[in-house]
Amino acid sequence: MIRHFTLDGKKIPFREGQTIMEAAQDAGIYIPHLCYNPEFVPHGSCRVCTVKANGRIVASCTTPATEEMQVENETEELQGNRRELLQMLFVEGNHVCPGCEKSGACQLQAVAYYTGMLAPEFTYFYPMRTVDSSHPDVAIDYNRCILCELCVRASRDEDGKNIFSIDGRGINTHLTVNSASGKLGDTDFDVHDKAAQVCPVGAILPKHEGYNIPIGQRLYDRKPISVVGDVADHQEE
Amino acid sequence: MTDIKTLETASSPEKLNRVVIEPVTRVEGHGKVTLLLDDNNQVQQARLHIVEFRGFEKFIQGRPYWELPVLVQRLCGICPVSHHLAAAKAVDQLVGVDQLTPTAEKVRRLMHYGQTLQSHALHFFHLSSPDLLFGYDDAVAHRNIIGVLQDYPETAKQGVLLRKYGQEVIRLTAGKRIHGTGAIPGGVNKNLNQKEREFLLQDIDQMIEWGKTALELSISLFEKNLPNSRDFATNETNMLSLCREDGGLDIYHGGLRARRPDGSLIIDGIDYRDYEDYIHEQVKPWTYMKFPYLVAQGREEGTYRVGPLARINNCDFIDTPLAEKARLHFRAFADEGLVQSTLAYHWARMIELLHCTEAIRDLLNDPDISGTELITKGNMREKGIGVIEAPRGSLFHHYEIDEGGLVTRANLIVSTTNNNRAMNESIRRVAIDELNGRELTEPLLNQIEVAIRAYDPCLSCATHALGKMPLEVQLVDAEGHTVDRLYKNANGDVSLCKIEA
Ligand code: SF4
Repeated sequence: MIRHFTLDGKKIPFREGQTIMEAAQDAGIYIPHLCYNPEFVPHGSCRVCTVKANGRIVASCTTPATEEMQVENETEELQGNRRELLQMLFVEGNHVCPGCEKSGACQLQAVAYYTGMLAPEFTYFYPMRTVDSSHPDVAIDYNRCILCELCVRASRDEDGKNIFSIDGRGINTHLTVNSASGKLGDTDFDVHDKAAQVCPVGAILPKHEGYNIPIGQRLYDRKPISVVGDVADHQEE
Repeated sequence: MTDIKTLETASSPEKLNRVVIEPVTRVEGHGKVTLLLDDNNQVQQARLHIVEFRGFEKFIQGRPYWELPVLVQRLCGICPVSHHLAAAKAVDQLVGVDQLTPTAEKVRRLMHYGQTLQSHALHFFHLSSPDLLFGYDDAVAHRNIIGVLQDYPETAKQGVLLRKYGQEVIRLTAGKRIHGTGAIPGGVNKNLNQKEREFLLQDIDQMIEWGKTALELSISLFEKNLPNSRDFATNETNMLSLCREDGGLDIYHGGLRARRPDGSLIIDGIDYRDYEDYIHEQVKPWTYMKFPYLVAQGREEGTYRVGPLARINNCDFIDTPLAEKARLHFRAFADEGLVQSTLAYHWARMIELLHCTEAIRDLLNDPDISGTELITKGNMREKGIGVIEAPRGSLFHHYEIDEGGLVTRANLIVSTTNNNRAMNESIRRVAIDELNGRELTEPLLNQIEVAIRAYDPCLSCATHALGKMPLEVQLVDAEGHTVDRLYKNANGDVSLCKIEA
């Protein structure tokens, strides 16, 4: 039986067990997100997809839709919260967008634009992070990792390799590679692995490639993320 | 006559008065001039201090090499394309590519001509023409591009539109007017399609005409006060530039060539990847900026200049007819040897501007510019060196990478560093010829800036918007107390405040 809830005043149909995010996506409505990817079990960690459901703040990617639920998504208050979250993500890492190959096709950047964030406003942490270039085809730039865990999930659940995990706590939380040396080059990671395709930012990137697609012609140069959706859906472009 | 070499370091500086010419704003590199005066206003020491770029070399260590061409553009807001291309040439070496496809090379050349055109136009019309048209002692409020717009509206308009045209060339080759991404490892990421070529071709004949007018203006300004033009801030130096194998002017690629003041060759046809054998950088205790010199000539005699003056002096010919005619006229100015006048930089610059317009026309008519083979591949190497003739002069990018492709060492010698010795000598010349024994006033101090601006360094003091850079000059006594302060604010107003003891 098709049931409905209300999203920003619009009636949205949903099936039993669907989350707010899934139902919204099916209805063609964009709820900004970073760690959500429909191919993997939702994780609810980035909190960018936060909405208000019946007045309560919830992550839309993990909250099941219910009949008659009143959901707010694109309100100034929620967009403001999202902007602050994004501001924090930018200053926690080292994001030098002008020199980043992902620029223009980066979900963090695109969501930031979508919510109206134009420049970082908080004090930069300037953490000391490294680049792992030990693998012949793929480099990890830890400076840009936002801990979405998509590579962790993809490698474990789809590639069956379990190459990545998250270590540490609080501000020291970080991505690690499950090899004795901690280097990607010492794993059986392959450039064709699912885990190599899911990074929403410029943390896991193919090596030796810089700016083959001119500025102005990149995914989010052409259309906003609310229209074209996740970068993972456009990997082949 | 005081020997300018004695002005680098005064014998007993502690007894002298200090004048600092220091821009308050910091845009690109940051420059400052200090003068030490004795009680009779005799200049005893004159130094140009430039704080620049060394931090950047550290910053890019550990970064993947494929990011370099885009990352290093941030070195300079005025000639980002030059850094982009010098880095791209170095990265070509890293990916083992010695020869690009004809399309890739021509698109990069076109980008570079566009860049040189816009930079030369900016420099001549916006930054220098007010001094040259109105005189160094013209009222500050009027001695700027707005003044030029009022008194010489046609000249100002042409300057603005020449620059804009250059920016359009950059936009269509690099993807953006500033900080584009056109050059990539082993080639380019776009060609020029028919529509883009036609768009640029529409106005090119007009640009060539205005290029001729600009050249004529630079010559008439030079000839207006010939003794001053010839001698102002002038010092005899060697000249260094890239030069095409057959001796032709080439601002994108070539071998290193250097000439002595008498015109004889010191080096020629040198593969720039061996630059370290020919150029050394001296460190001095009073500044972070290094002082490069030609090894063969030694530290004292090895001072060289780079930029338009060096290039037009160094080459044997220019392969576009209007610029070649202008070059012959230029070289005839020096009876023998090289043209050494510092103010002749502007003249040489306008010869190059005209050359750029001609070269852009030729490239736009070349079918290769729309070719589809954009990238060449090769085998990775550990070291890559790229050199280009940036608008301001030879620009060296040198990178070394580890097995994973991360930068382990970077060395950049920017045009301003190459000219560092010569610029220091020029301001000493001005100090001796123009300032010695006189009460310092804004017009007199401006002459120091006029000398620096001739070189067109990447300094905020040479690139301030509309001639309105805030400037502070201090006269400090032997105990370090400021006794006089001359302040030029952002509106161009100058005030002198006596500070009571
Ligand atoms: S990953 Fe995205 S946000 Fe981070 S530097 Fe790259 S483009 Fe910018």
